[in-house]
Amino acid sequence: MEIPYTVEPRPDTGLANGKLGIWLFLASEVMLFGALFSTYILLRVGAVEWPHGELSVTLGAINTVILICSSVTMVVAWAKLKMNDFAKGRLYVLVTVALAAVFLVNKYFEYAEHFSKGEVPSHSTFFAIYYTLTGLHGLHIIGGILVMLYLAGPGAGLWKRNPEQFANRVEYTGLYWHFVDLVWIFLFPVLYLL
Amino acid sequence: MEKTVTGTAHGHGHAHEHEHAHELGFWRKYVFSVDHKVIGIQYAITGLLFLLFGFTLMMIMRFQLAYPGHPIPLIGNWFGADKAPGGIMLPEFYNQLGAMHGTIMVFLGVVPLAVGGFGNFVMPLQIGAPDMAFPKLNMMSYWVYFLGGVTMLASFFVPNGAAQSGWTSYPPLAIIASQGQTFWLIGMVFLITSSLLGSINFIVTIVQLRAKGLSYMRLPFFVWAQLVTSFLLLLAFPPLEAAGVLQLMDRLAGTSFFLPSGLMVSQKPLAVAGGGNPLLWQHLFWFLAHPEVYVLILPAMGIVSEIIANNTRKPLWGYRALVYAIVFLGFMSFIVWAHHMFMTGMGTTISAFFQVTTMIISIPSVVILTALLLSLWGASIRFTTPMLFALAFLPMFGIGGLTGLPLGLAPSDIHLHDTYYVIGHFHYVVAPGTIFALFAGVYYWFPKATGRKMNDLLGKIHFWGSFICINSVFMPMFIQGLGGMNRRMYDGGMQYAHNAGLLHWNVVIGFAAWGLGLFQIPFIINFFSSIKWGALVDRNPWEATTLEWSAPSPPGHGNFLTEPIVYRGAYEYSVPGAAKDFTPQFEPERA
Repeated sequence: MEIPYTVEPRPDTGLANGKLGIWLFLASEVMLFGALFSTYILLRVGAVEWPHGELSVTLGAINTVILICSSVTMVVAWAKLKMNDFAKGRLYVLVTVALAAVFLVNKYFEYAEHFSKGEVPSHSTFFAIYYTLTGLHGLHIIGGILVMLYLAGPGAGLWKRNPEQFANRVEYTGLYWHFVDLVWIFLFPVLYLL
Repeated sequence: MEKTVTGTAHGHGHAHEHEHAHELGFWRKYVFSVDHKVIGIQYAITGLLFLLFGFTLMMIMRFQLAYPGHPIPLIGNWFGADKAPGGIMLPEFYNQLGAMHGTIMVFLGVVPLAVGGFGNFVMPLQIGAPDMAFPKLNMMSYWVYFLGGVTMLASFFVPNGAAQSGWTSYPPLAIIASQGQTFWLIGMVFLITSSLLGSINFIVTIVQLRAKGLSYMRLPFFVWAQLVTSFLLLLAFPPLEAAGVLQLMDRLAGTSFFLPSGLMVSQKPLAVAGGGNPLLWQHLFWFLAHPEVYVLILPAMGIVSEIIANNTRKPLWGYRALVYAIVFLGFMSFIVWAHHMFMTGMGTTISAFFQVTTMIISIPSVVILTALLLSLWGASIRFTTPMLFALAFLPMFGIGGLTGLPLGLAPSDIHLHDTYYVIGHFHYVVAPGTIFALFAGVYYWFPKATGRKMNDLLGKIHFWGSFICINSVFMPMFIQGLGGMNRRMYDGGMQYAHNAGLLHWNVVIGFAAWGLGLFQIPFIINFFSSIKWGALVDRNPWEATTLEWSAPSPPGHGNFLTEPIVYRGAYEYSVPGAAKDFTPQFEPERA
């Protein structure tokens, strides 16, 4: 028994199963982060005073650049695979992983700095929402890293059996990765700048 | 694909129709299966067990309400001194039972049975798919649900017991509550993850794996119901996940998302930063929990539609109207949530908005109920066991829906809120409504799942007993509620003078509830004995028109022996000029 449309798109919908699946997943992610952003707005509107300039704009800006670059390398990885260049494709997946890791290291220094100043989650509502939003975003980054490591490592054997399906997987991971990137692009101004 | 003929795996004539790529071992075949039918049955049986468990909690609570302060008979000594010393229930234990009854019935009983069970088993068969689009994900969603269930059950055994802040877990009480609440939140995160995986799978399957010729307007109404339900689960659950994470942060990391400044607990100020908002939780919670109401009712409507069309031998009245109504209903269910919050002081402007949307959402519900009622008009009805349950659904859901109207309007809601009237209202929707529809579904699709029919006599005893008892449980609650009797009181509210003339109803309700428990025994016997001794059936015992009846009973791995092709709409019963009174979707046109 084979499930139809796992690789090739269904003619009348124009989609393969995985692509529709990842878009639906992203829709639910929008609702997840949407709820948290709404929480942020509600808490801030209801606050007597809201702190400004607590976070390092420099570190935040560097991380923004890193994530945008990683989105680019992710697209290049997929494009290389589509051009039948497996070695380059895998290399760019690994470059994306490396950029994501740099992002996390950067984030670690930020967290450590605040912790040393006693600015833990229970310090204030601002830090509570800051740690929750960036922490959940960080978990998404870690999830993305795990998937990409799988694709570049144990999952790479699929390329020999079914290159089309492998390229699709990289594409779907890419869609997820762009979403994670996009969340950060909202987080940066909301938490660091406004 | 390698084809092998299995032995007499099911001991009857259909075994030769089974087709297996290769024989799987016991664990892969029945426990860690990726076959949607096995997963559906796993979901259904786990769901039924949780329904029984949740109902048992309620039977214990009903004893306390009928005879407050008396030791619980038979099982009273099992609970230990921290829950029921000397068998007499403590108020804290009553609160645990109440919170867990709600949680278990909604998240571990009805939804897994209606969506995980029936959706998984029936939907792929009805659309002519070989399986779900992502079989491994399907298995994972069952096991994550299972983990969530285990977490919830385990919470009874932690110090100070399970969650006791109601199934709604309102802060600040939920945040200062004992450890059981943390278990509740972690359990909910598992359940949310499970339904997220499930709903993605359902939508992709319905959109991508429909058989040749099966356009959207030829889909059985049950599939439409599952599609809309999946969208509700997909989009409404994540905000509760966010809320759950925030409440976990409040409990574990000492944040104050839901704790306002200056909060006093036991005459002492709580040592938190403050600045949070308890209403925020209620908004996030009801943003899920109102669509959740429709998650509970839509699959039930789907099941009832299938059974009514089949047993009236007529097409469903107004199929297109039903489809448009259910899609509109799904959409509207996202913007009615704050009608649960008229009492919170959120302001009259917001109340006015949500009153209007609540009145609007009643329109598609009435369209669906009316279409189903009109389907009965002029039919020569077959009163089979599933049809009895399906027919009972209509007035029961009607009562539940109509008693909801006064709750949707703020002025009358302020009088009725947090009384037994509310309990009566939503139970009429979910218990004699949805659960009756689920029983109807079990009787209706049992032959497809096992190749055998359930016993009719036991089925009818089950039906009439349950029908009388369940109405005797919930009808008196309207009397109590209109008299102003508050809910969630562990002794029924004995200290209030206005309850004096209402408390005796608790004895009536108690006996009706225990009677309802007794009348489930014929069902349990019927369910298990019919697996072995039920009357053997062929592929299409009900002479139905939808695709699942073209597959063998039970269907093998991969479901269909030949690729199913659909030639017509889902409910072509009694077509003028046709030889039989049903023309299946899979029957080719004759030249």
